[in-house]
Amino acid sequence: MTDLTSLTLAEAQGRLKSRAVTSVELTLAHLEAMERAKALNAYVVTTSEKALQMAKASDKRLMKGEGGPLEGLSIGVKDLYATEGVHTQACSHVLDGFKPTYESTVTANLWRDGAVMLGKLNMDEFAMGSSNETSYYGPVASPWLPPNWSREKAVAALAGDKRGLLTPGGSSGGSSAAVAARLCLAATASDTGGSIRQPAAFTGTVGIKPTYGRCSRWGMVAFASSLDQAGPLARTVRDAAIMLRSMAGPDAKDSTCWPEPVPDYEAAVGRSIKGLTIGVPKEYQLDGMNPEIVTLWSKGAQWLSDAGAKIVGISLPNTKHALPAYYIVAPAEASSNLARYDGVRYGLREPSADIFDLYERTRARGFGAEVRRRLMIGTYVLSAGYYDAYYLRAQKIRTLIKRDFELVFAEGVDAILTPATPSAAFGIGEKGSQNPVEMYLNDIFTVTVNMAGLPGLVAPAGLSSEGLPLGLQLIGRPFDEETLFSLGEAIEQAAGRMQLPNPWWA
Amino acid sequence: MTTEAANAKLITGATGDWEVIVGLEVHAQVTSRSKLFSGASTAFGGEPNAHVSLIDAAMPGMLPVINRECVAQAIRTGLGLKAKINHRSTFDRKNYFYPDLPQGYQISQYKNPIVGEGEIQVDLSPSYSIKVGIERVHLEQDAGKSLHDQSPTMSFVDLNRSGVALMEIVSKPDIRSADEAKAYVSKLRTILRYIGSCDGDMEKGNLRVDINVSVRRPDEPLGTRCEIKNVNSIRFIGQAIETEARRQIAILEDGGAIDQETRLFDATHGETRSMRSKEEANDYRYFPDPDLLPLELDPEWVDALAAYLPELPDAKKARFIADYGLTAYDASLLVAEKETADFFENAVNHGDTKRDPKAVANWIMGDLSAHANARGAAVGMAGVSAPQLAALVDLIGEGVISGKIAKDVLGLLLGEEKDANPRAVVERRGLRQVTDVGAIAAAVDAVIAANADKAEQAKTKPGMVGWFVGQVMKATGGKANPQAVSEALKRKLGL
Repeated sequence: MTDLTSLTLAEAQGRLKSRAVTSVELTLAHLEAMERAKALNAYVVTTSEKALQMAKASDKRLMKGEGGPLEGLSIGVKDLYATEGVHTQACSHVLDGFKPTYESTVTANLWRDGAVMLGKLNMDEFAMGSSNETSYYGPVASPWLPPNWSREKAVAALAGDKRGLLTPGGSSGGSSAAVAARLCLAATASDTGGSIRQPAAFTGTVGIKPTYGRCSRWGMVAFASSLDQAGPLARTVRDAAIMLRSMAGPDAKDSTCWPEPVPDYEAAVGRSIKGLTIGVPKEYQLDGMNPEIVTLWSKGAQWLSDAGAKIVGISLPNTKHALPAYYIVAPAEASSNLARYDGVRYGLREPSADIFDLYERTRARGFGAEVRRRLMIGTYVLSAGYYDAYYLRAQKIRTLIKRDFELVFAEGVDAILTPATPSAAFGIGEKGSQNPVEMYLNDIFTVTVNMAGLPGLVAPAGLSSEGLPLGLQLIGRPFDEETLFSLGEAIEQAAGRMQLPNPWWA
Repeated sequence: MTTEAANAKLITGATGDWEVIVGLEVHAQVTSRSKLFSGASTAFGGEPNAHVSLIDAAMPGMLPVINRECVAQAIRTGLGLKAKINHRSTFDRKNYFYPDLPQGYQISQYKNPIVGEGEIQVDLSPSYSIKVGIERVHLEQDAGKSLHDQSPTMSFVDLNRSGVALMEIVSKPDIRSADEAKAYVSKLRTILRYIGSCDGDMEKGNLRVDINVSVRRPDEPLGTRCEIKNVNSIRFIGQAIETEARRQIAILEDGGAIDQETRLFDATHGETRSMRSKEEANDYRYFPDPDLLPLELDPEWVDALAAYLPELPDAKKARFIADYGLTAYDASLLVAEKETADFFENAVNHGDTKRDPKAVANWIMGDLSAHANARGAAVGMAGVSAPQLAALVDLIGEGVISGKIAKDVLGLLLGEEKDANPRAVVERRGLRQVTDVGAIAAAVDAVIAANADKAEQAKTKPGMVGWFVGQVMKATGGKANPQAVSEALKRKLGL
């Protein structure tokens, strides 16, 4: 049965259509794999009953030759998405016990197309983190073994506090771990500063953050509204394309959602990249960067060139300002977005003497340390007397970053190739405990894309000398996800399908 | 404005005259079926929390979507205030914690309001008019309501109002007295009601006023202001300004200084009280709401809204003066409520022949208003229709009844003869005025015969004729034409 979980989404789709396998069989295979992988902590909730119900309904439709593009396919959902009647807490204690009466637009689109929900995936609390360590439900262990670790050592660590095991990245760490460990065919994720792409790079999976506005944010717990965007994590570029096509689309309930229909992304997979111009920005070459990453980056450019693309050097001069500006804009919006978690209407409520006491106790107890830190930063930068110096300047920088990209696109660049992360995956407990900026630096190559609202895709490009996956990032023009899928598949072809680790945890 | 009017506005303190400077922020609830950013109903008086959407309750992941009708109402209002319509406006978040504010922020237009500068002409009397500048009009969400009287240990929250659209209409500090402020709010309320963008119901809290008050010596720079929050009747606006100006003058004359602060008006005790000082003021951390795109208005849509704007009070007043020959004073009173103005025009123009506009206006502003006020209703809803009033005026004009009988007929129409045709009432009840000279002469003879002594006295004291007229009218049940009676009496008594 386990081989069913190793299928790609596209392969499983074919088998279901030809009725070589049923959705119930596929679902059960995943539920069993999830049960054996509990220690990885990728899922915070398993919705077995719901999954089997949905699978049975899918099988009925498939029997009649009906069904949507995702009919019967087993999907994991990041805990950020509101799922009707099911635990939805963005992995925060402040939403203790919250089960919405509504379904997010993105997940509703998936169910409309026939997908089967396996459960809710672990994540950094309110998507604030780069290692999944800020989750109220504890860290997620990557299915990739740390270099030179024996299976026994890893299993022992898994039973303990998981220190030393690798992080699957964050904030979509549950999603990336589940996809890499074959605990679902694909997963929903979300990306505010790199939360889809960094986990993809760390786990050897494919992730795309589409253009801001391509997916509806309705029913997605908000972190930073002007940066948040939904997207998929999957094991192949084609699978990511199939997923995104279902997730994306116009939504009158989100004023920032793009009204145009969604193209057939899968059709772009395998399309020739001959004649495309790919920009390589010099500002992404950092001092003291891991030479392996530099080498991989050049290799990626060579692959695209071999496939007929033209490689040009470009400059995005404001890149260095992106990370500091991001860490002003995102916390500022978060400080306002998270004000609703006040203990009055839903979620956690700490017994208190009066209303202000209620706010203080509930929020002090309900939010973890990293969320509290960002709420304080956000409150500070919006305060009277500091607004101009911080928030307003950050917004100006944001305009400059956007302009950098517009200029290179205007010069004929079709997409931009960069590293995804400054390093391969690090260990749980290894980073950020002394200095949070150490953790924030993970987003250095990804935040610019959110600040500019552009689409960004990360595809696995090879392994480090220590045997850990490394990814490359492709940045596209607004709403030109198709070119990214074509280029991503070219890299995938050249690099060879990523061999995911055997289930040492099971 | 005349010099006397200007001087009359000064307040005399112990050490000389003071000028009071007032600016008003009017919060007007937008008339719309659903809320500013959600589909929930705006109906008043529902069970607590009956009109609350997921958005109003700020559930996780909910997003606001602007209600086009509320935008249209703000544009209409801007047009009615002769104000600049900003074709691009933006929404900001005003952040603060309070249980009646589920999102933890109010969505408002802080930086770029939908309506810019405008002006209102305010007439206090035919010889005393002022122009009050409008600084801006912006759209914002209302908050919910905390209920403190439901439980001894807890407060409850009703979110029915949460998210209802408000227009905040900010005046320039062009107002110089309590009377001017009251007249300004009345005029603004009239304009809003004409446009239909706010029902102006102050009792329901659909129109609330924040008052900025400062005082200064005439021709000196502006003083420090205090803001009096949430005053909800026109009478209280006047009282609050008077009280606050007196308080500030007393402090200044004592050598003290005014602290900039927010105050509350306590109508029961006739005083304003400090709510919070400038130091305690919230830092609202305004920033653009990332959930909403800038509001871009299609100029053609704005033009279409302008084309369908109803006739506004100033234009109507001018037309009443020009077309009906009314005085400025009468025209002002009639146009103050659109329903009254419509009632007036319907009564004047009813049927094939028009009638004297002045007579109709007098009835409306006199007896009809008195009846309406007694019932707490608008003139048009007092119980007499415009065609009924038209018939009544016609009956007097034709000499069928006297003015006095007409008042009686009006009383009947409001009571036992409800909805009846006044002409039929007069006939049925035999109220027709007696103009038959023979009948009047007979009545006069009878009264003189019965009061021979008084008739003798009257010959030397002509003032007694009045008494005889009264007696004859009594004898004829009030139906005799008083003019004819008076003439007959004078003739018979040889006066």
